[in-house]
Amino acid sequence: MLGKLTWAAIPFDQPIPLITGAAVLVVLLAVLIWIVVAGHLPYLWREWITSVDHKRIGVMYTLLALVMLLRGFADAIMMRGQQAIAFHSQGYLPPEHYNQIFSAHGTIMIFFVAMPFVIGLMNLVVPLQLGVRDVAFPTLNSVGFWLTATGALLVNVSLVVGEFARTGWLPYPPLSELTYSPGVGVDYYLWSLQISGVGTLVAGINLVVTVLKLRTRGMSYLRMPMFCWTTLASNLLIVAAFPILTATLAMLILDRYFGFHFFTNEAGGNMMMFMNLIWAWGHPEVYILVLPAFGIFSEVVATFSGKPLFGYRSMVLATMAICVISFMVWLHHFFTMGAGADVNAIFGIASMIIAVPTGVKIYNWLFTMYGGRIRFATPMLWSIGFMVTFILGGLTGVLVAVPPADFLLHNSLFLVAHFHNVIIGGVLFGAFAGYTYWFPKAFGFRLHEGLGHAAFWFWLVGFYVAFMPMYWLGFLGMTRRMQHYDVAEWRPWLMVAAAGVVLIMIGILFQIAQLVVSIRNRAELRDVTGDPWDGRSLEWATASPPPVFNFAVLPDVKGPDTYWEWKRHARRGDAAGGEPAYRDIEMPRNSPTGFMCAFFATVMGFALIWHIWWMVLLGGIGAFATFVVFAWRDHDEYVVPATEVARIDRLYREGRAAAVNAMGSPS
Amino acid sequence: MNILDPQGPIAAADKVILIDSIAIMLAIVLPTIAAIFAFAFWFRRSNPRANYLPDWEYSGRLELVIWSIPALTVILLGGVAWIGSHQLDPARPVEGTGPGVTIQVVSLDWKWLFIYPDQRVASLNSLTVPVGSPLHFELTSSSVMNVFFVPQLGSMIYTMNGMVNRLELRADEVGNYQGLSAHFSGDGFPDMLFDVHVVSQTEFADWASSAARSGGSLDRRTYDELAKQSVPKDKPVYKLTDRLLFHDIATQEIPPAPGPELTSNLARPTSNPGSSSAGNAGGGGNNAR
Repeated sequence: MLGKLTWAAIPFDQPIPLITGAAVLVVLLAVLIWIVVAGHLPYLWREWITSVDHKRIGVMYTLLALVMLLRGFADAIMMRGQQAIAFHSQGYLPPEHYNQIFSAHGTIMIFFVAMPFVIGLMNLVVPLQLGVRDVAFPTLNSVGFWLTATGALLVNVSLVVGEFARTGWLPYPPLSELTYSPGVGVDYYLWSLQISGVGTLVAGINLVVTVLKLRTRGMSYLRMPMFCWTTLASNLLIVAAFPILTATLAMLILDRYFGFHFFTNEAGGNMMMFMNLIWAWGHPEVYILVLPAFGIFSEVVATFSGKPLFGYRSMVLATMAICVISFMVWLHHFFTMGAGADVNAIFGIASMIIAVPTGVKIYNWLFTMYGGRIRFATPMLWSIGFMVTFILGGLTGVLVAVPPADFLLHNSLFLVAHFHNVIIGGVLFGAFAGYTYWFPKAFGFRLHEGLGHAAFWFWLVGFYVAFMPMYWLGFLGMTRRMQHYDVAEWRPWLMVAAAGVVLIMIGILFQIAQLVVSIRNRAELRDVTGDPWDGRSLEWATASPPPVFNFAVLPDVKGPDTYWEWKRHARRGDAAGGEPAYRDIEMPRNSPTGFMCAFFATVMGFALIWHIWWMVLLGGIGAFATFVVFAWRDHDEYVVPATEVARIDRLYREGRAAAVNAMGSPS
Repeated sequence: MNILDPQGPIAAADKVILIDSIAIMLAIVLPTIAAIFAFAFWFRRSNPRANYLPDWEYSGRLELVIWSIPALTVILLGGVAWIGSHQLDPARPVEGTGPGVTIQVVSLDWKWLFIYPDQRVASLNSLTVPVGSPLHFELTSSSVMNVFFVPQLGSMIYTMNGMVNRLELRADEVGNYQGLSAHFSGDGFPDMLFDVHVVSQTEFADWASSAARSGGSLDRRTYDELAKQSVPKDKPVYKLTDRLLFHDIATQEIPPAPGPELTSNLARPTSNPGSSSAGNAGGGGNNAR
């Protein structure tokens, strides 16, 4: 009846996951009960859960990322704590638990923090920057988000029901095959990522089509803000790379569920094929993450320097070059697998070539600052912190692209430090910069600056204290994923690294405080102009938060940095003043399709993990039925009448004019 | 285990390339970082002496320089990578005294078996090699992937079931070092540390003959015991009675190791890497060193 699921699946013998799980469950229930009792459920359902508004979906993606960041960071604290004390001892985490933690940490941070964070920001901002009303496929957008949430949910369920994978964040066979991992951990991994992978793929398709087909009048490719370019590049990579991930994981599923032999030791299986395939997705994946961050920095550095981005066309070229070359370097993840010298050398050099466009980007940001009037607001601090940190990460990255150097450093803590250097220093700093930069656009008020600065400094210093010792540990021969160790010279550096994680934790606490304080003081932090940072691109040309239709009248773009030019003309007094002609606007209707699909996908995923076949059928039929019902809909749009558009827009214009007059002319 | 303290030619050459590459990159990275700080500081908004150029966004000459700097660095470094990759290919023979020693390495769950086919001995979790001789490693795995790595001797390499990888090393200083597995392989993975004893040529011959005399025999039956998941407590030596053992493992004549024993709890199977001592199982090996 319930497949492999029995009471033995609950870890009654392990206090840490049990208590954590129980606490999370209690908090979750309390929140749910509060929502229902306080009568917020209809509001949540109407305005958020069924919303197909790209801004709302973007916010929900970001929220998911922030919540999962806390989960992934809790794992990080446990790992650093374990390694700080597990010298000549077993520490406090037995191997079967420690191995789940590092596997979950990596999986969560990549798939459920970094991915939803950048996809959320792209969702929120790109249609606004392109001057359009929504993404190309609004309901599909909602489906994509909810399927990602399904994956995150399943990973968290594994905390208390069964176990998570104990194989690392990429489940290399044959360790991940049924023979060596008979538990449900790898199955949790596989189905979480298959389901959320579908979500990511549809998000990618959606954003590619949005950028290619939905730009406003006059918004030619070379007038798009850089963030739109990096979004395009990143989502092209998603569309090209995620099917590889899906296929690879599907093969492993076939091995585990139906006795196939794609990657097994026996019967002609080939584990090296898995490594090639997973990195054929995995290396583009890191550029999927970092390219949007590059876009964010391009926007932030230009805005806070009060200058256009230096070398825009170079930047476009560099972005697209990275997009293409990132598919030709995957083998550098396993130079030590025994490929010949020619193969290693060619892939090593290809990997270095990526450093050229990336280096060009750094210089372009540098010269964007040259001749600027730099304001050190929080997003700009993250950007400068990024530039310095990311160069070091790039250096160590190119270093491990030199095969003989990699022969010493492969899989060592040096490598761990390297990819945290680029993912924290690149992707996460970028996401935080974007979060602070666009928060007022999403919610209508700014985040508290002082607390933002404090969070930045603790993150930055914490990062260096945590990861610089790991570089050194790599030189001392320490390899990754060690649950305990007997080497005395490693110990002090692991203690320092643990201290660094505490500093990062203080940074995170400041970020939480920043959010709480900012919400409390939102009246003082209110942004009535829609343009709190003296921005340059079109997202600042509408109210904060923007109305559901984004722009009362779709903007007509005459060149790059459109909004900056408008403001300049307005100051000269030669702007076309007066009120535009308002028209009726058609907007997509809300739809519960995404939520329902994800609900059934959750049921199906859980059932597949536990081999509950009748429930698999139920979930599958449910998800398909949801799709059929949606496909047969009669009405999918509603009309915002011109009078309503005019009322909303006038309100914004009046508020803005009053604010501008109060400040004097905008500087 | 410090890789900056190499004890053989491969490790030393790897290290030279490592240091050179860092130096080449620092030559452009440090000035760039300095420029970031300098520009950010000088062009701060509160500096009245800084020139504000609100429309400056393009300079062809500067762009040429911008593309050239990383490109030239990569060309230089690419040369280093190409030459280094060929000269330090793990399978490339290393010079040394005498014909060298062949060592067949099998990674097991969770221990290392070192077979010396010419000396007809074997050892568990302890690698003894003569100083100065070329060391020909042939490596495979009984079950999952591992990486054979002795940081102070140089290049690491994967071990995989059904396949043989080759690695050529040489140790130049007598002494005791440590090796480890550099690829996660399951619950007992952190215990896959092994001792490396670099001894003189005569000591090596003595060690081999004493192992051949005193060790228990290593045959198919002993191997099957070793292949079960366990973390051995001691480091026995064996007399190699089945010369084709490595061949049979690598070609899967001997099937891959069984992995964890299936317990009643399919949801959360646990293995106890610390509970059994395979070192004494089977042939009853001696603790020779």
